Amino acid sequence: MSDFLRSYLTVGIFGLLAVALVSALLGISALLRPTRPQPQKYINYESGVDPVGTGWGQSNVRYYIFALLFVMFDVEAVFIFPWATRLEAYGTFGLVEMAIFIFILLLGLVYAWRKGVLRWI
Amino acid sequence: MLTPLALEFAYWQETIVKIVIGLVAVLLPTGALVYMFLFKMMSFMQSRLGPMETGPHGAMQLLAEFGKFLQKEDIFPSKADRWVFAAAPFVVLVSTFMLVLVLPGGPSAYFTDLSTGIYFALAVSSVSVIGTLMAGWGSNSKYALLGGLRAAGQLIAYELPLVLSVVGVVIMAGTLNLREIVLSQSDFGIWFIIPQFLGFLIYLIAIQAELTQPPFDMPVAESELVTGYLTEYSGLRFLLFFIAEFATAAIFSAIGATLFLGGWTIPFVDPTAEFMNYIGPFVLGIKMIGIAFLIFWFRVTYPRFREDQLQRLAWKFLIPLALFNIVVTAVFKVVF
Repeated sequence: MSDFLRSYLTVGIFGLLAVALVSALLGISALLRPTRPQPQKYINYESGVDPVGTGWGQSNVRYYIFALLFVMFDVEAVFIFPWATRLEAYGTFGLVEMAIFIFILLLGLVYAWRKGVLRWI
Repeated sequence: MLTPLALEFAYWQETIVKIVIGLVAVLLPTGALVYMFLFKMMSFMQSRLGPMETGPHGAMQLLAEFGKFLQKEDIFPSKADRWVFAAAPFVVLVSTFMLVLVLPGGPSAYFTDLSTGIYFALAVSSVSVIGTLMAGWGSNSKYALLGGLRAAGQLIAYELPLVLSVVGVVIMAGTLNLREIVLSQSDFGIWFIIPQFLGFLIYLIAIQAELTQPPFDMPVAESELVTGYLTEYSGLRFLLFFIAEFATAAIFSAIGATLFLGGWTIPFVDPTAEFMNYIGPFVLGIKMIGIAFLIFWFRVTYPRFREDQLQRLAWKFLIPLALFNIVVTAVFKVVF
């Protein structure tokens, strides 16, 4: 196996390690903890009164616009990182190109700002 | 993490050593932060003593807490989505354990030398948002759902300043690999906190929000939402979220120390010397404690923001500022 793949194998191993740790803790706890089921214990908490309606209520989609903006800027970050590592080689050409790119994105942000979608009402 | 031991290891032996060191690297700083800052420093700042009974100055308090949580009854709300509810702590902790991988503790003392380094760390850190959303949704409780949605809105908003503030460092170092970023700081002869001070400030504010520490703790705002997405979690499952939160705080502080404060290096000492593999992790630990102190200091000092103030700060102030920082850094890099 190449070193490159091996370095990512470690990532997988650490993911499994986290799963193993959580399982082990829950397993140890299962041996120690008491279990005395009473139906009242399993009611959802709603400040002491019985829950009204369903917990999965509807909520405002004001998150939607923010999520869209987030996708836009996150894709931008994906472009900026490789550029940032190679800036020395690109020199002025790379600088001007990225300045145009960032300027267009800023225009988008300013447009969203002027449209008032950046308010969280 | 092995070359310094000057022994030849097979891959499986190497992996076992890495697993042991990885467990220590996640749990030890977590315990240190919770005891030093959350139990004692916060108490002193609020004119009280904090835990005093268990051991000298309450030093054994963490073990007592752990024993307590271990014995608690495991409660699943009857209406909860059982699979999602049970899987959420796993997702959050997997994200934390993958995050600790990228930290270099010395010139050859590292878990794995990913060439994508900091980019990988930022990508993996956002996986924990999914765990938070799963906790909020799976609980089937109104408080939990609101908390989970707030957490999602907050974490995606502050993901951007966090990512963009790091770009300045990447431009200066010309690499994404954290080990090479540390080495390039000693090549410059100056830690990146000085040329990248703006980036450092944005990074600090962004990690404060990413960790949902006060003043950015709207997702768990106890006076509004009980404990937000953690409302239905009790006993050990709650403790797992708690561990993940403070372990991530420690790791983000250590990443900040690596990016801006020179990682394992000491000024005027050769950063690639053999002995740096041994003292490097401790130097990194001290710098990590320094940044974590700032996080907890802000936590104790400021009152909670409102949700709209939080979003305004991210979108109208931090993101334009971070873009400005990138452009200025790039101009300096090309011109000089």
